[in-house]
Amino acid sequence: MSIAIQTEDFDLAAEMTALRTQSAETGALVGFVGLVRDFSNGKKIESIHLEHYPGMCEKTLEKIVAEAKQRWQLLGVRVIHRVGELYPSEQIVLVATASQHRADAFAACEFIIDYLKTAAPFWKREQTVHGTHWLDTKESDEQRMKRWFQKGDRQ
Amino acid sequence: MNIKLLYFGRPREMLATAGETADLPAGITNVASLLAWLRGRGDNWATELADARVRCAVNQELGSLSAAIREGDEVAIFSPISGG
Repeated sequence: MSIAIQTEDFDLAAEMTALRTQSAETGALVGFVGLVRDFSNGKKIESIHLEHYPGMCEKTLEKIVAEAKQRWQLLGVRVIHRVGELYPSEQIVLVATASQHRADAFAACEFIIDYLKTAAPFWKREQTVHGTHWLDTKESDEQRMKRWFQKGDRQ
Repeated sequence: MNIKLLYFGRPREMLATAGETADLPAGITNVASLLAWLRGRGDNWATELADARVRCAVNQELGSLSAAIREGDEVAIFSPISGG
């Protein structure tokens, strides 16, 4: 399975090895790992809570990966997103792409994480010493996403 | 008309409910009118389900508040998504 939503952590090296050895044609492997930061808007983060919409989440991620495979020559894709309680420096998300050449692997990896951030139904609640609050979609993430759907985008 | 309603993110926590089966009165044809009806429950509902605060999906597809609702639909109401 190329997509997983899980509470448990993932082994980055094992995931990259699995993707690397999937095809001997692979010449480039790109991985993005999103982490829990310990500061947000000047406040110290104690933990974050992540929830998702079961069913829709998997469907959306499959659609995103399918679109990436249409746009670029990919030999493999792995997306893992964690849910539940997570603490600073923990891994939240992995997007890894394998391709013959680096241009496609880089672009597809960036596309998938940009798209995921604005379309996949996950919600983050931060816990600080002052209490909890739910995060909004970031304007900067929406701008990044739009770039992929403009004419003359980075194909 | 019966629909399945799901709540995620902030409304799920603040309204203390993950979902319900709702029997909608006549005249509710889209998410905007559904939200107006739900806000009539008062208190937290009026605050948490303000149009500007919520996003929605109908049958697991993101949509605008003008998205149509039909018998048997799965309608999810949630705060802006923030994964990754």
